[in-house]
This record gives sequence, structure tokens and C-alpha cells, in this order.
Amino acid sequence: MDWQAIGLTARLAALVSIILLVISLPLAHWLTFSRRRWTFLIESVVSLPLVLPPTVLGFYLLMAMGSRGPFRLAFTFEGLVIASVLYSLPFAVQPIAAAFALVDPSLREASATLGASGFRTFIRVTLPLSIEGIIAGLVLSFAHTVGEFGVVLMVGGNLPGITRTVSISIYDHVQALEYGRANQTALVLLAFSLLVLTAVYGLRRRPWAAAPIA
Amino acid sequence: MTLAVSVTKRLGPGFTLDVQLIAPPGITMLFGASGSGKTTLLRCIAGLTRPDEGRLAIGDRVLFDAKDRIDLPVQDRQVGYVFQQAALFPHMSLRDNIGYGLNRLGVDERRTRVSTIGESFRISQILDRPPAQVSGGERQRAALARALVTEPSLLLLDEPLSALDQTIQSRIMDDLRRVNEARRIPMLYVTHSHREVYALGQQAVVIDAGRVIARGTPHEVLDRPEHGILANLAGFENVFDAAVVERRERAGTMECRLDGSAGPQSNTCPTLEVPLNSSRVGDPIRIAIRAGDILVGIEEPRGLSARNVLRGRLVELTAHGPTMVAVVDAGAQFVVHLTPTGVESLHLTPGDHVWLIVKTYSCRIVG
Repeated sequence: MDWQAIGLTARLAALVSIILLVISLPLAHWLTFSRRRWTFLIESVVSLPLVLPPTVLGFYLLMAMGSRGPFRLAFTFEGLVIASVLYSLPFAVQPIAAAFALVDPSLREASATLGASGFRTFIRVTLPLSIEGIIAGLVLSFAHTVGEFGVVLMVGGNLPGITRTVSISIYDHVQALEYGRANQTALVLLAFSLLVLTAVYGLRRRPWAAAPIA
Repeated sequence: MTLAVSVTKRLGPGFTLDVQLIAPPGITMLFGASGSGKTTLLRCIAGLTRPDEGRLAIGDRVLFDAKDRIDLPVQDRQVGYVFQQAALFPHMSLRDNIGYGLNRLGVDERRTRVSTIGESFRISQILDRPPAQVSGGERQRAALARALVTEPSLLLLDEPLSALDQTIQSRIMDDLRRVNEARRIPMLYVTHSHREVYALGQQAVVIDAGRVIARGTPHEVLDRPEHGILANLAGFENVFDAAVVERRERAGTMECRLDGSAGPQSNTCPTLEVPLNSSRVGDPIRIAIRAGDILVGIEEPRGLSARNVLRGRLVELTAHGPTMVAVVDAGAQFVVHLTPTGVESLHLTPGDHVWLIVKTYSCRIVG
């Protein structure tokens, strides 16, 4: 069992989920409630990783972060975190935005007529009533980060303890014809993914209502 | 403090809300059919919808002025709003719901105020329950308490009783009257129920297709409906198109033939004697009669002053709460309200032949 890869993957996924939560709450709020006409443009950009081949996203990130790019973060853990955040963004934003949209608008209006600012309404009304969607977003972005492969390979490469995640390690074992070891790690991932999805769907009363379209 | 409203808001092709009104302290009923623009007007006043033009002010505090570009945000307007479905926060107890708008006060002060208002709305015993675990009437009382505890300078109520049954409605109306006596603030109450207008209103404003079409005391507005739409809303269940066939100047009445089931003014359609007005013979008019103003007999009545006695057949008999609603075909369909004891003593069953008796002065001519 490749414990180093598992530990690294868990650390990466946890960090990415927390960063995504911080970004997604205001972003989802803006996407759901903004009356500006061009929200759909931002929405498309956020959802891009759902349809884009990971290698395409990885390629551009490599261009931006490689030795000739402006950021020089390729093949580092930090670079991997940034890439994963971008790649998993729709998996956090979509369930949260869907949950926000389901909150009865008259509750937010009632809050405003009672003197609450937009921020207080968000904290006291919108957020607690969307908690299931927020948890779904967190769990899905964690799971999605654990399972990513193409972006990691493009941006992070395969450095043990720095960028070698579980899925890369499985790929490595297969390349080396070590099917037994690949199978062990693959089983761990399979069990983990099943567990996560059971938790997400078990938690929500309305299946599919807040799921991403991926 | 008096609320002065003047707003226009385009709501769709050919439909513009355009309302000027003054609401002094006390209850002003905004009365109209659904889709007439009443709720939009309320939302404009609260700041939930932005008017295109106009001015809103409470006393000399300006909430909105299109010319001076003043548009106070909802949370700064100090306007209480009671929604049709209460809109209590489902994840908070009634106590936290009511205390929600008091967050600027200290904990003790907040607790005292919530308890006091909870007592006056008879919900002290259930303050710690979430909204899902109390009845519809209790939810609406909590919503009223929540809006009033912040001491707003204006209270807006959007059909607050429409989802409740009649007994509970009456009790909440008592609460509202009590609130009205205790606090001298304008209250705008949107409804499409004439019962509520009579029961609560000191002033009634009728809105149709985005405009004020009548205003005055409830009796002034509802008892002499000058508009056909108002006749329906005001509880005139029977509205007939008719034509004048004879003017009886000396009697002060005129004979009109209804457009009945046999087609417009066919000879088999019934006639009604109605109060005289300036219509000429052959003119079309519209006659409105309250279902409660029609008497039913099972034999041909004699020795009555009433001029209109029509023979018909009872088509339908249904109970609506404490009222029995009868539909009688007398060449035209009449809706009649009866008491259950009245129905029992006459042994009425559908198919029976009956006589309808209508006083001339129960027939109102509407525009």
C-alpha cells in the first residue's frame, strides 16, 4: 500500500475543499442572486472544467506555472493545490448555488424588512437553510480532487511525497506491471468514493436536487 | 404619521401600476381581484420592488423619490411586512423569529420584549417551538408579532388571513383591531375578501388593473358598487346583464329583462323590477343582487310588498362553512345563501320547485 501517496492525496483534497468553500460561498451567492445580465458568462467559465478535458486545463496551467510562465509553480505541491481548486470549482459552486436558489425568497425579504443587512440575511437565513447543499459541495469537491488524474500529471508530474497522488501511483504500478499493488490502491479509492457518495445522497432528502450535472 | 404614496411601475405590456393614495394612521384596506396590482404596490412601499416613477413618504421621512434619486434600502425603511404565508424562518423557534429584528438590543431587553408581545398574541406557551410544529393561525400571529415588535412606522399586510379558516380569521382580526387602537400607525391591508374589508377597514381603496377605481369607507365603496368588477368582489354573487323594457316613473322603478338561459332577453327570460335611473327603454344595464338578499319560498307567496317573485327550480345545494349555497334556475341562474335551519324547515332538495323573492331595492344597478 502506498501510504505516502494516500497521505499526500488526503492533505491535498482537504486543503482544496477548504479553499473551495471559502471561494464558492460568495461566488455561488453572486451567481444566484445577481441581476446583472452577464452572470451567465461567469457561470460558463466556472463550469468549464466539467466539459474540458483535464489535459487541456493542465496544459494551460503548465504554460502559466512552468519555468517560462509567470508563476513558476509547476511540479510543486502549491501548484497542484491551485490546479485542483480550478478543476474542482464547479463541483463546489453548483450544489451550493442550487441550494441557495431553493431558499424561499420571501424569507430573505422578511429578513430585510426586519432591518437585517444583506450580510446578516446571508449568515442567519440563506446559509443555515442551504447547509445540505454546502456539505454536498464540500464532499464532492474533496472526492473529485482525490480522483483527479490528468491535471495532476500535467501540472504536478510524479514526484513522490510532493505531487504523486493516489491515482498517479496506481498508474505507476500498472506501468511497472505491478497489478497486485495497483489493485490494492484502486480498491481503497473505490471504497472511498462509494462511501462519500452514499454519505452525500443519504444526507439529502431530495436526491439529485443539488447534484452537479457532470 | 401619514403614508403618502404615488407610484408608477410598468408590469407588462398594457399593464401599468399607477396609484396615488394617502393612508392616515389606522387600517386602510387595499381591495381588488388577484392580479390587480395590490401586492406589487405593497412591495413597492416596502422597497422589495423598485417603482419606475413616483414618491413614497411616511410623514416627512422620504422612502423613495425618483426625482431626487432617493431609494432607501428595505432594511432602513422601518416598515413591517406580514406575508401571506407568514414567512417565518423554519430553522428558528418562534421566540428567535420574533426576536430577529431586535438584534441591536441587549439580550435582557430583547427577551422582555419578545415575552411581552408573545403574551399579547397568545403564543407564550409555544414560543420555543419551530414554526413547523404550530398551527397556521399561530404562525400568522407569530409573524404579526415579529413585524410589530420592531415598532415599525408602517405595517403592510399581504392577505395575511387568506390561508386560514373563518374562526381563526375572526380572532386574528380582533388582534389587529387591538393593535390598531394601541398604535397609531398606518396599516395597509391587501385582501380580496369583502368580509375582511367590512370587518377591519376604516378606509377602503379599490384597485383594478393597476389603478384606484374607488375609495371611501367600506360601506360607501362596497354597498353602492359603481363598477361591475367591484360588484363581484363586493359580494354581489348575482350579476346579470339586462335591458330596460319599461320605465315606471310614478312608481320610481323600471322593468328589466335579464339575459337568461334562453339567450339575451328572450321572452322566457325573467324580468326584474329595479330602482329607476336615467336609462332609457332598450338600454343595456347590469343588475347586481347579493345572494343573502334573496328569499326562497316553496309556495307562491301572497300579500308581499316585494315586486319580484320568480318561479324556478332548485339545481344545486351545497354547504360552504355555516352557509348553504343554493343555485336556482328561474330562466336565469340565481345564487342564494340560506341558513342550514332554513333549508331544513323547507325540506329543500335539488329538483324542487321554489319561488324566489327579491325586493326592488335589493337590485343594484352597476356600471
